[in-house]
Amino acid sequence: MREISIREVTQVVKRLCIEANYSLREDVLSALREALRVEESLMGRKVLEWLVENARIAREEGIPICQDCGMVTVLLQLGQGVRIVGGGLRGAIDRGVREGHREGYLRKSVIEDPCFSRRNTGDNTPAIIYTEVVPGDGLKVTVVPKGAGSDNSSALKMLNPTDGASGVKTLVLETVKKAGANSCPPLVIGVGVGGSFDNVGLLSKKALLRPLDVANPDARIAQLEREILEEVNDLGIGPAGFGGRVTALSVSIETSPTHMASLPVAVNLGCHALRSAEAAL
Amino acid sequence: MLRVTTPLHDDVIGKLRAGDEVTIGGLVYTARDQAHRKLVEALKRGEELPFNLEGQVIYYAGPAPVKPGRVIGSAGPTTSSRMDAFTPLLLARGLKGMIGKGRRSEEVKEAIKKHKAVYFATVGGAGAFLSKFVKRSKVIAYEDLGPEAVFELEVEDFPVAVAIDALGNDIYEETIRKWERPAKDKGRRTRGEE
Repeated sequence: MREISIREVTQVVKRLCIEANYSLREDVLSALREALRVEESLMGRKVLEWLVENARIAREEGIPICQDCGMVTVLLQLGQGVRIVGGGLRGAIDRGVREGHREGYLRKSVIEDPCFSRRNTGDNTPAIIYTEVVPGDGLKVTVVPKGAGSDNSSALKMLNPTDGASGVKTLVLETVKKAGANSCPPLVIGVGVGGSFDNVGLLSKKALLRPLDVANPDARIAQLEREILEEVNDLGIGPAGFGGRVTALSVSIETSPTHMASLPVAVNLGCHALRSAEAAL
Repeated sequence: MLRVTTPLHDDVIGKLRAGDEVTIGGLVYTARDQAHRKLVEALKRGEELPFNLEGQVIYYAGPAPVKPGRVIGSAGPTTSSRMDAFTPLLLARGLKGMIGKGRRSEEVKEAIKKHKAVYFATVGGAGAFLSKFVKRSKVIAYEDLGPEAVFELEVEDFPVAVAIDALGNDIYEETIRKWERPAKDKGRRTRGEE
């Protein structure tokens, strides 16, 4: 068994929290630059220029791209041949989030009790952790800090199986239209289709991790991604919701087998400051 | 490009139209969900507020912590509609402007018209960029709320657009309509299904 100490896990989570918040993903930045080429609205172009400038300031000056540094989701791919030593994995991850948010001057947005006190935990913990056990003796850590503006406008619906691909498209369009400027367009749209009520949400979040210039390997799904993107951009919402051609930068759909009576669909809207960072131990 | 300075007066507000690009100078006050709840509770109890609302502008924002040597952390707008329930009372008590992002309710729009106020929108997710227009920052109330405390910010050339003007024109309805393309054939089956 390969041993990985919790100290290494803490260090990597801390580093990734800071990196994800300071450095906009290269694929997202390229997509913003590409959007500048196609945007016709003057105000839309100005907003896109600001967003490119925003990413530059954040990276060069070491401050978060957005003040909403999110609630942190950590995705682990834990090799079967790995033994975590030195303490608990959950504690190690939360320690990484705590140190990353303190030392990186990232905003602490997590509150402990959703219904009543809504008191801030003060250190942005706990993280939301998903662990997948995979073959091998490595540990892949992906940190996804996601803001509330875009998550609040996301949607999950159990469609009728016969609603098919057009049903998926309709739900995405309704969700984007309703969100308007709230979810900080131009958006990256992650769509999960299939699975069950609980895991389709995770599937839609994983869709946001796929590089923006990579289409789904299934040609029919890739076609659906293109069609939805085109129709979303026909909505006219535009950068910052001020009107324009570019409402979304990309649409990524991930699918999973599902029950014959079900068609779960989750639409996870990602803002233009879509953040994630990963490392392999 | 129009420049306005806070506190805002009716003659200036009267000139602003939805879609105008504007820069703001002077003091603005941050307040978001919990601060709004507290402000409105204080008003209902007849207590004095931590700042005078007369002519003032509230910025819906919860800045990131300040790194040593900086004035403020990243400080972009949050979603305004979460404050809708509290806004009409604040407007009735003298608030003249708000900065945020996204649509407002019909009640807020009516209150903006009634009290001759203005709602500005700026670019969500551009917190690093927007922090450059903040020249001074201090917490003046509800420090226990952390990022949700009320900060007094001195801003210079802070870039916004008029989102709802005092006549009730709304950028999110009018400008977007100009760019919308009608659905080619709604409800068509996707090519994958053919």
